[in-house]
Amino acid sequence: MSGKIDISVTVNGASYNRSVEPRMLLSDFLRHELGLTGTHVGCEHGVCGACTILLDGRSARSCLTLAVQVDGQEIETVEGQGSREELGRVQTAFRDHHGLQCGFCTPGFIMTITDMLHHHPLESDEQIRDALSGNICRCTGYQHIVNAVRELAKERGPLQ
Amino acid sequence: MSQADLSVEMRPGLVGKRVKRTEDPRLLSGNGQYVDDIKLPNTAHVAILRSDQPHALIRDIRVDHAMDVPGLIAIFEAADLEGEVRPAIPSSRIKGYYATPYWPLARGKVRYVGEPVLAVVAESRYAAEDALALIEVDYEPLPFAIRQVDAVADDAPLIHEEAGTNIIIAREFGRGEVDAVFETAPVRVGAQFRMTRKTATSMENRCYLADYDRRRMAVTLWTSSNIPGIVKDALADSLSLPGARLRVIAPDVGGSFGGKGSLYHEEMLVCALARKLERPVKFTGDRLEELTASSQAFDELIDAELAVDEEGRFLALRAEVIGDIGAYSIYPWTAGLEPVQVVSFLPGPYRIEHYRGRVRGVLTPKPPTGPYRGVGRPSSTFAMERLVDMAARKLGMDAAEIRRRNLIDGEEFPYRTGSGIIWDKSAFMECLEAACAHLDYPALLERQKKAREQGRWIGIGLSCYAELTGIGSRIAVAPGMPINTGTETGTITIDSTGSVIGAFGIASHGQGLETTLAQIIADELGCALEDIEIRQGDSSLVPMSTGTYASRSAVIAGGVAIKTARVVKTKVLRAASILMDVPVEDLDASGGIIRARSSNAAMTFKELANAVYMQMGRIPHDKREDLTGSESYDPYLGTACSSCHVAVVEVDPETYGVRVTDYVVAEDCGRIINPMIVDGQVHGAVAQGIGAALLEEIHYDDEGQLVTASLADYLLPLATDVPDIGIVHIEADLPNNVGGFRGMGEGGTIGAPAAIANAISDALSPLGIEIQTLPATPDRLFRLVEQSRATHLQKGQ
Repeated sequence: MSGKIDISVTVNGASYNRSVEPRMLLSDFLRHELGLTGTHVGCEHGVCGACTILLDGRSARSCLTLAVQVDGQEIETVEGQGSREELGRVQTAFRDHHGLQCGFCTPGFIMTITDMLHHHPLESDEQIRDALSGNICRCTGYQHIVNAVRELAKERGPLQ
Repeated sequence: MSQADLSVEMRPGLVGKRVKRTEDPRLLSGNGQYVDDIKLPNTAHVAILRSDQPHALIRDIRVDHAMDVPGLIAIFEAADLEGEVRPAIPSSRIKGYYATPYWPLARGKVRYVGEPVLAVVAESRYAAEDALALIEVDYEPLPFAIRQVDAVADDAPLIHEEAGTNIIIAREFGRGEVDAVFETAPVRVGAQFRMTRKTATSMENRCYLADYDRRRMAVTLWTSSNIPGIVKDALADSLSLPGARLRVIAPDVGGSFGGKGSLYHEEMLVCALARKLERPVKFTGDRLEELTASSQAFDELIDAELAVDEEGRFLALRAEVIGDIGAYSIYPWTAGLEPVQVVSFLPGPYRIEHYRGRVRGVLTPKPPTGPYRGVGRPSSTFAMERLVDMAARKLGMDAAEIRRRNLIDGEEFPYRTGSGIIWDKSAFMECLEAACAHLDYPALLERQKKAREQGRWIGIGLSCYAELTGIGSRIAVAPGMPINTGTETGTITIDSTGSVIGAFGIASHGQGLETTLAQIIADELGCALEDIEIRQGDSSLVPMSTGTYASRSAVIAGGVAIKTARVVKTKVLRAASILMDVPVEDLDASGGIIRARSSNAAMTFKELANAVYMQMGRIPHDKREDLTGSESYDPYLGTACSSCHVAVVEVDPETYGVRVTDYVVAEDCGRIINPMIVDGQVHGAVAQGIGAALLEEIHYDDEGQLVTASLADYLLPLATDVPDIGIVHIEADLPNNVGGFRGMGEGGTIGAPAAIANAISDALSPLGIEIQTLPATPDRLFRLVEQSRATHLQKGQ
């Protein structure tokens, strides 16, 4: 495939200018072009949610998005949520509550929850589970993730 | 050793504490390293052309159009690798068994939709798929029997002609006078049970990267496997490479649940191609490939019958099982793994004097069945626990009471089951009582009664089971398999900086073994937890390793961690005794500091390591020894891990959807290393059991095509499908192994389908419905209810 297209994106606050094939998935762009391998690919058909990122602040499936579509937009990935030395708040809650086992789906959950904390009431377990239902975790059975989100939602207070 | 070693428990330590995982910071911050995250310069990418035919001869392959695709490097078929790769043979000691050879690419004939036929190698995966789309393969379709009932017939088309039959494995277990007891038994219940085919579905798809080092003529394989040691041994043979020139590394692995626990075509392939092309070769599987070409599970037809006396005591059990093993006997576990364990574990945790279980494993044109969390026992427990409830219903007896009357208890341990499994003492009865108490069983029955009066379909289901975990070398974890899965080697090294490095043959893929083994070593050695690095998942660490499977790692690697740490501690204290001029008996270590009991003298592990390794003369030259130890551990026997599950479900009379409203697990996993991790394992395994009970189904149509080939069709449990799960830990008599640990990673998946099936049957008992097939999808339940209503209507007329 020829005919590359120039795009310019901001990822975790840094700007990148790249020339990409129109068919390149955003997930592949992040992982292979930018080397941000924290975003994982689980199904490439938008069901599992492992590849979830924030696109202009809202959660999106990077496996169902083409890199050329995000020209001029702002992306956040798990790498921007905290560092190994200093985990971000959602990451810390996951660690405290043992909300991860193999860790593969985890970056997607962290990005979804970051979005949900800004936009979703999360006042009951039912609402929390509903908010998490677009991400699949095969290891934890969700209970510890729900515990982590419950704590985060409580800390946040009612949605402003 | 006559009883469990409790020395760790005698002093306060980390074992038993909710220690936060050491793996987490890297995994949470996006710094985990799964195979696809590894980037080597000059890597070639493979796309695999897979068979779209269930059973056919390959007549012609036309690649001309593909050759012009920019970035294409080469296209390989089986003949191109002839002489360079030998097949892996999944051998077994079982009499009459036929071992199907396992090649990287199909040779002349395909045996299931999804079987690898061609390897298309290009500069990128995009280019490889471009080329793949332009290749044409002509197949000559062959007849086949897609269902096991047809494939066992004498005139069924053969999947492997060389075998002369589709039934490549058969076993029989038993004792007593089964048929005679059935003749005179007051109560008999029986049915045909089936848990349909499923697959493990870890969130990371299978992924392999091989690198070839021309200088050493050596191959390194990074693999998303939970058995890197077994893969190394298989590849050494297949590629005719000495072990020194072959290294297999499983870095961070995104779950397995057994699906990544066998040797795969693509692992053989990338290694052979890297050697041939003299450059790194990567295969990254996608979800379609995962669903069509990874190992599958369950799919036995179980005809089982239970004989019971008027008091509800089990008299005899008999079963005929046909396991649909797919098109190959999986390496290394063999086709016996899943179906044979159904008959060996069918009697469960019950006292049953007379037993006969017969099993046949039959080839069909589907991917092979292999290990999946619980192996055989989800199906055997489903069948047995259903029989127990059917018997209780016939007798008008309470479901808990009938179990109470039959569970092996007290002085009956160690108990030998009718199939020869030996249960060491475990809290079978205590688990039943604790689970019922946790949910207030009498109140629950009352609640159900009221709901029923309102016409609601609410049901309560119990299931009791035991599994054999931490199995030593007395038997292989797969029946008749000649590989020793019962031994584990551990090496602990304190280096010149005071770092403590523990190296093991296990291969953690989500279990948190880096944390739990560090907890054990910190307690035994007395070093600080943060100074420990656990290395695992790498065939170069120990002389022989197998990996993490069969609920073995906490028991066997935990055991060897204790043994090795003790050896190193002796050396630490010997050196400290010289350095501090205090007798060894007066010294102890904890938290990274070595202290004298009778004085204020103390030194850190770091100071000690520095003195031993760096400071000449501090220790007399003839007394100086490296602070290292290497031991092996083999518990010889296995140990029982037992549980009781109770599920409460409500069936929606409009949609026939099943909601699990309450769930409790009472389990005895011996001494708990990290309760947080144990709870996580139970939650996750129960969720998978809920998936098996209600959602997950691999379905092949009559044309041999997989129709559940995406995650929109193969349904995994979501956060909204799983309730909060109550857990009661029962630490009864500890098992007779080093550490007192029992394996517990699989149990939830074993107990949950049976408990839910019993709960649904209970909910629908006014209609006389007994669940015999899982998953109990809305479609299946609708048909059962319609059938029952039609029957009642007929009777009414």
